[in-house]
Amino acid sequence: MHAVMMPQKTGKNYQAQNRPSQGSSSYQTNLSACEVKQKPSDSKENNPMQDDEHADDQDGDVLQIAMEYFEKDPIRSLRSKDKILEKHLITVENVAWKNGLAPETIDILLNVALSGRFGNAVNTRILKCLIPATLISEDSVVKAVSWLCVGKCSGSTKVLFYRWLIAMFDFIDHKEQINLLYGFFFASLQDDVLCPYVCHLLYLLTKKENVKPFRVRKLLDLQAKMGMQPHLQALLSVYKFFVPTLISVSLPVRKKIYFKNSENLWKTALLAVRQRNQGLCPEPRKLMLGPANIRPLKRKWNSHSIIPVLNSSSHTTECGKKEMNLSEYLSSSGSLPLEQLQRFPQLLENIHCLELPSQMGSVLNNSLLLHYINCIRDESVLLRLYHWLSQTLQEECVWYKVNNYENGKEFASFLDTIIRAESFLHEGFYSCEAFLYKSLPLWDGFCCRSQVLQLVSWIPFNNFSEMKPLLFDHLAHLFFTSTIYFKCSIIESLKELLQNWLLWLSKDIHVKPVTDSPLDTSLCESMNSVFKLVHYVGWLSTIGMRLESNSTFLMHFILDFFETACDIYLIYNLPLVVLFPRAIFYSALFTLDASILNQLCYIMHRYHKNLTAAKKNELIQKAKSKLSFSSKTYKEFNCCLTTMVGCLWTSKPFKKGIRFSPETLEKLGVEEHKRSLNLVYHSSLLGYAVSFLLQDFIETLTELNIILVLGTLQKLLYLIGERATLLLLC
Amino acid sequence: MRSALGGGLGLQLELHFSAMQKTMDPYDAPESTPRQHPSCSLKEYFLAATPLQRRLESVRKQATSFVPTPPRRRIPQRSQLQEDVDPQKVAFLLHKQWTLYSLTPLYKFSYTNLKEYSRLLSAFITAEKQKGLAVEVGEDCNIKVVFSTLLGVKGTQSDPEAVLVQILSKPQLPSEDREAKALWTGWFCCVFGDGLLETVSEDFTCLPLFLANGAESNTAIIGTWFQKTFDCYFSPLAINAFNLSWMAAMWTACKMDRYVAATEFLWSVPCSPQSLDISYAIHPEDAKALWDSVHRTPGEVTQEEVDLFMDCLSSHFYRHFRIHLSATRLVRVSTSVASAHTDGKIKIICHKYLIGVLAYLTELAIFQIE
Repeated sequence: MHAVMMPQKTGKNYQAQNRPSQGSSSYQTNLSACEVKQKPSDSKENNPMQDDEHADDQDGDVLQIAMEYFEKDPIRSLRSKDKILEKHLITVENVAWKNGLAPETIDILLNVALSGRFGNAVNTRILKCLIPATLISEDSVVKAVSWLCVGKCSGSTKVLFYRWLIAMFDFIDHKEQINLLYGFFFASLQDDVLCPYVCHLLYLLTKKENVKPFRVRKLLDLQAKMGMQPHLQALLSVYKFFVPTLISVSLPVRKKIYFKNSENLWKTALLAVRQRNQGLCPEPRKLMLGPANIRPLKRKWNSHSIIPVLNSSSHTTECGKKEMNLSEYLSSSGSLPLEQLQRFPQLLENIHCLELPSQMGSVLNNSLLLHYINCIRDESVLLRLYHWLSQTLQEECVWYKVNNYENGKEFASFLDTIIRAESFLHEGFYSCEAFLYKSLPLWDGFCCRSQVLQLVSWIPFNNFSEMKPLLFDHLAHLFFTSTIYFKCSIIESLKELLQNWLLWLSKDIHVKPVTDSPLDTSLCESMNSVFKLVHYVGWLSTIGMRLESNSTFLMHFILDFFETACDIYLIYNLPLVVLFPRAIFYSALFTLDASILNQLCYIMHRYHKNLTAAKKNELIQKAKSKLSFSSKTYKEFNCCLTTMVGCLWTSKPFKKGIRFSPETLEKLGVEEHKRSLNLVYHSSLLGYAVSFLLQDFIETLTELNIILVLGTLQKLLYLIGERATLLLLC
Repeated sequence: MRSALGGGLGLQLELHFSAMQKTMDPYDAPESTPRQHPSCSLKEYFLAATPLQRRLESVRKQATSFVPTPPRRRIPQRSQLQEDVDPQKVAFLLHKQWTLYSLTPLYKFSYTNLKEYSRLLSAFITAEKQKGLAVEVGEDCNIKVVFSTLLGVKGTQSDPEAVLVQILSKPQLPSEDREAKALWTGWFCCVFGDGLLETVSEDFTCLPLFLANGAESNTAIIGTWFQKTFDCYFSPLAINAFNLSWMAAMWTACKMDRYVAATEFLWSVPCSPQSLDISYAIHPEDAKALWDSVHRTPGEVTQEEVDLFMDCLSSHFYRHFRIHLSATRLVRVSTSVASAHTDGKIKIICHKYLIGVLAYLTELAIFQIE
């Protein structure tokens, strides 16, 4: 029998799970469902879903001690009335009902309960609280069954164990080895008390290959002995279902309820486990009964989560054949059910015969299927996803309906899931685009802010002029009326939008070679859209800078945007160069912050490279390309560059671009305006100048020097004053 | 009280200070209004070849036109029903209160498999009702699910056939000759749904309007089954005050041989702690007379006419009671043709205008799922 060593950190790190198990090869490594998606819910660890991690830590420690007690103290166990035992039991019960137990904890406790070390009462209590956090290891079950053979536990404990097994059947990670014990379970049918439960278990466990003539005979014998028992009939009907030829007895058709509901002991706990396994917060779902919500029906309908659970499609069987033959369906091995899909290689092997999920929305939570969705271009798949996502967004959107804000958290996490999927696919969903068009006009700019802005950055490439009234105008309103931080986030998400569009376009342009004219015009249109987007951001930035009185913070975000925008030609290989607005150029040039000046110089440098490269290419393939850059762009850039060089380097500012007549300058009392903006005296570099002076002269500090230094500083300060006046003029 | 004033408009006023209804206005949020979809132009057709692209085109277009040209709708005409309609089944749809839902297109729904669906759905319902028990696909204990088509309940030939789903309780003893009692009824239809049909591929069946009558828990179970089986999505279809006004105007405009009920409006005043309801009942012939006086374009209803009609009603009310109805919210409209509540409940009364009523509801449902 294997040593049961379950990985402790499940789920949190996808990489970690896929790592082959280190150490002994006898470890149980294939923890099936954990690999797709699972919340870390090991009670010994911090549970991030809990608010009070501290309390959880304590829980974990206490549980640890309790487990050590149960594991290593066989002698004391004789005194079962022990207070310590009671304390530990309570600990286990608390943790179990709150968070569920880790597989290895369940393993230990099962051992304890079935080995007969304690009395019946204790065993019952332990069994009742064996609620898994997520899954139960198959090995634990196999070990537990082996205890049944030893005969140390009482009949009632055995019954409870079987009931537990039936209730938890779905949470056992594998069933192959349990199925190997089929013969053992079958033999337990002899026991009159156990018989109903064993029947139920076998009912769940039976596969076609388990149906043997001798078993059928045995069952029929039992039926003859005990009469028409519903549980026996159930098992017989399963047998008959698999091998109709073996069983000639007629079974009543009307009666379909064979088993008493044995899981009701754990009913609430099971619900919690299911929710946990679906990756939901364990907190109880609030039902909205607010007056504004006319019918909170939908809540009741999809009670578990917004995103449907992954299920294989049933269309193939339902619609392919008139009469669905379940046994045929079960034994068919043609296609791979989605529930079995765990790893990427599996996906590659079975990509031709994969069954699509019955509800397309479930792919959002499954990265493997997202891969699949990405590479197939089946229109109906996309339409199904589109319809589902559009409706769900519309129904769940918290600001769409009044007083719906209670579900804000849930909606935000739903949006997060969508954004994760979008960034995984590097592609936006059309439903989200439509959703933004509909909902952005009603958005307060606050609720789910980061999510909405991320959705904006994933809007698929589109005609800008068409989108402007739908989206960008509303965004502009929000931009102008919000705080500086919101302004920065908008500029940032627009930068991401630009990057996504450029990536998409550059990919697209390589797919279709630019040869024939209709494509050329479409390329022209695309470039026009990008141009308008950059232009729009320039416009936003200009007004934003004025509103925020030339905030350096905002300027950083704006220049970040233009760092992307200036490199369109060279990095993305798209025939477009858009300059930034003059206002941005000047406020960056006369900045007080050295890093902004630095960034500006870099952007100018990249513009220069792009424009030069464009010019060169244009000369080479002049005949072919319709996409020539207008000479206006070059003139504009040259003008900026001259101004910049004039200010920073040659000390001849205002020869081009902004010009002042000598009289104006005289009136202002700025005498030495020429030098005041060059590298030495530039106010943003003042800090460096001062530190240079201090550094150099501090060692040889004489009185003379001090006078010199102070003089220089005075001059610098004076120049700053002049510069400020100049800035006001600009 | 009945006021003798008001130029031929008999008017009844009841003020309910209803403690029961505490509903505040769920429609305060600005909602854009549905409008008719211009059919795809030829150019568009070539540019947007696949259904999904067409769908997106239409969404963008719809969202773009924030200031639509005033919509026009045809006044429901009598006997638009197809000839092969089963009068018994149609009678069955009338005089019942239906809760409205919109429904996205059904994936791989097949009219040839209705029997199979009956079997699967009944198994599903049994399973849902007895959670945790073993249930087998097959015959069940005491309910029966019947899928059938409602022939003729459609606007054009291209509309898919309407589908009726019934849950019947089986008589306990086979010997009993009693007719099975319907526990729950629901039907799916599409009347003049061309705009939607254009944008989906052949794998889908468009039945955007779903009407249910029966226990909500049953609706939930059946809805869940449909969502799981055909990958569709149900959302409650509420009717906002704007659309209720349209209904009032269109239904008043219908020619009736005999009026069976007064034309009645219910306005709700959102005040705390209890809302105040104002019921405004008019003799149907007076309403028709008012409508005829504002009506200009024959056979059609325009936005101006609707506004004018409602304005006339409220100004008349103001003259007598000094209450501005425009400051309140219209929550229910009932006429001899049909009655509709803002919660998305409808009762169709007049057999003749069944299709007309359904056409407008289909339009609303399609608007919601786009």
